[in-house]
Amino acid sequence: MAVRTLAELLEAAFPGDEVLVEDRTGGGDHFQVTVVSPRFEGLSLVEQHRLVYDALAAPLTDGTIHELRISTKGTE
Amino acid sequence: MRDQIKDVIETSDVALFMKGTPQFVMCGNSQRALEALRRAGAPVTAVDILPDPRIRQELSALSGWPTIPQVFVRGELIGGADIVEELERSGELERTLREKLGDELIGEERVVAVA
Repeated sequence: MAVRTLAELLEAAFPGDEVLVEDRTGGGDHFQVTVVSPRFEGLSLVEQHRLVYDALAAPLTDGTIHELRISTKGTE
Repeated sequence: MRDQIKDVIETSDVALFMKGTPQFVMCGNSQRALEALRRAGAPVTAVDILPDPRIRQELSALSGWPTIPQVFVRGELIGGADIVEELERSGELERTLREKLGDELIGEERVVAVA
């Protein structure tokens, strides 16, 4: 799975927001994703991460993401 | 099996569903969550999800959380390794533990099996 594919899924879910995807090991299955979005304002960290998981549901379910680290931030 | 998992979540002060056991951790993220909880003094009840793939399936169906580890405090999902570390950095992890567990915060680490 390419970084680009994950970034596209996140950009579709968070249009216009800051999205960063890094391949932590170069192996295409350990990723760090960072999303900065006004949608996170007022949400708990669990709720924020759930939105990211929802966006990446397909690669999470089919096992192409072996390990995922998430960092979320509101814009304020 | 689902009832057993539910029981661990609901009856443990701090439940950690992880890959491996605290004595032999099999995944970096499980290690990160365990260490943050230990530093906060949490009385961790650990469940190894690796012996049977159904444990993870049932757990995720219950929690709606797709990844491992998963940390629960008195039945409430706190999050995975990233959230637990972030809560530790902000001081909120210890605050939440003290708020929910009070003096019981000092407890022993234990491992339970589900089947």
